Amino acid sequence: MAVLEVENINVYYGSIHAIKGISFEVNEGEIVTLIGANGAGKSTTLNTISGLLHPSTGSVSFLGQPLAKLQPHKIVERGLAQVPEGRRVFAQMTVQENLEMGAYTQGNKNIHEDLEKVYALFPRLKERMTQTAGTLSGGEQQMLAMGRALMSRPKLLMLDEPSMGLAPILVEQIFDIIADLHKTGATILLVEQNAQMALSIANRGYVMETGKIVTTGTGKELLSSPEVRKAYLGG
Amino acid sequence: MIFLNYFISGISLGSIYAIIALGYTMVYGIAKMLNFAHGDVIMVGAYVCFYAVARYELNPFIGLVLAMIVCTFLGIIIERFAYKPLRQAPSLAVLITAIGVSYLLQNTALLLWSSNPKVFPSIIGRGAFKLFDGELSISHITALTIIACLVIMAVLTLFINKTRLGKAMRACSEDKGAAQLMGINVNATISLTFAIGSGLAAIAGALLCSAYPTLMPTTGALPGIKAFTAAVFGGIGSIPGAFLGGLMLGVIEIFAKAYISSQLSDAVVFAMLIVVLLVKPAGLLGRQTQEKV
Repeated sequence: MAVLEVENINVYYGSIHAIKGISFEVNEGEIVTLIGANGAGKSTTLNTISGLLHPSTGSVSFLGQPLAKLQPHKIVERGLAQVPEGRRVFAQMTVQENLEMGAYTQGNKNIHEDLEKVYALFPRLKERMTQTAGTLSGGEQQMLAMGRALMSRPKLLMLDEPSMGLAPILVEQIFDIIADLHKTGATILLVEQNAQMALSIANRGYVMETGKIVTTGTGKELLSSPEVRKAYLGG
Repeated sequence: MIFLNYFISGISLGSIYAIIALGYTMVYGIAKMLNFAHGDVIMVGAYVCFYAVARYELNPFIGLVLAMIVCTFLGIIIERFAYKPLRQAPSLAVLITAIGVSYLLQNTALLLWSSNPKVFPSIIGRGAFKLFDGELSISHITALTIIACLVIMAVLTLFINKTRLGKAMRACSEDKGAAQLMGINVNATISLTFAIGSGLAAIAGALLCSAYPTLMPTTGALPGIKAFTAAVFGGIGSIPGAFLGGLMLGVIEIFAKAYISSQLSDAVVFAMLIVVLLVKPAGLLGRQTQEKV
């Protein structure tokens, strides 16, 4: 069953045609990755799905319901969470408060249980729960941003460049966590420039170039495709 | 003893500035705009309270509650129709609009209530506590003002730090985009901030006019500007900063009036502001934003 269906959306920034009629879907339990170079329109796609930008034509459906014209906070209530590019944790709030904000749509009913789950997934966050988020390292902030999104009990988790600016060892750690989340049944849409890492854990992938989807296939197919290797994996 | 009397008057005046400054600083924190119409909301609150008490002979506290209700809605309406359409506009456009709203409120008040000064009845009478054989006299309104300010500060601090809505306000003030991705309704949160700030303005209006009983359509303008100064003094965007800035401004103003010259007191106040901003550009408790990326 398709959790997310994007059909032929066009998105403009003023007169710039950023997304040119792309379509794709994410099925339940899948990790799907959108890869492509800087400026290909990957983040624009995610922000359109989250309702921060609006497509001029085309539609986005989530769990069979169209998301057109819904405000971003209503989309989160439906169960669609995004971990934004650059993490964007609330730097002056504590780690725990950041997680509480993640649970904003859930009220207070399950908050203790969900906090325990996130702290079990990211023990580092538990150690630092009373620290302000601005004092965390980049890797810890990424964990916090992911934990924060999980607090909303998402039915689809969208991750925008989780590896950006992290040391290789931390990138591996973050991808291990994403793979673990997938094993527990999470449905994930992953946007990455690090195509090698993204394709190695993804069920399927779409390659974007200047606002269009140019190739699609399973993670394995794309990893071994000569075109993709040449363009994104250094030959 | 006379010094102590001045000091207490200063704290009382400063408490009013602090309550007004809270409105400026909260709105700045979340909407990143200077709401220069805030001072005139105080005036509207004072008029509502005045008519409720002097014309309809209601209990002063019912008058105060009415004023708070009217100002809360006024704040929400101002935000909805004047500022919300400019959410994406350059900050200069928003600033000019705020000044426009300020004139609109003053001139509407002039039409409705005329320019004749009204003598505001104190909301708790004109009595005073006499201490030290009458050497130290603290009027009831002075005491009430200080207590009101402390209570407001305590409640607001708890609200901002402990409640879900308060935390959502802090999240919005840091990063509206990220707050939206948490499922926070940013527009509703901004409305709430205007509502709280304007409700507090009504309290400030009633307290101000109880202490200084001349009520005119321009009554809110100068205290508004001074409270804005207090907010900048303490660090705009910071709630404890508004409190500290307000109190310090009140004390400096009263001391300047008492020991230097009542004509020069405003000049002294603004000179202090310049000195503080030269030494600490973010204000006394303002945060220099530092983040790891």
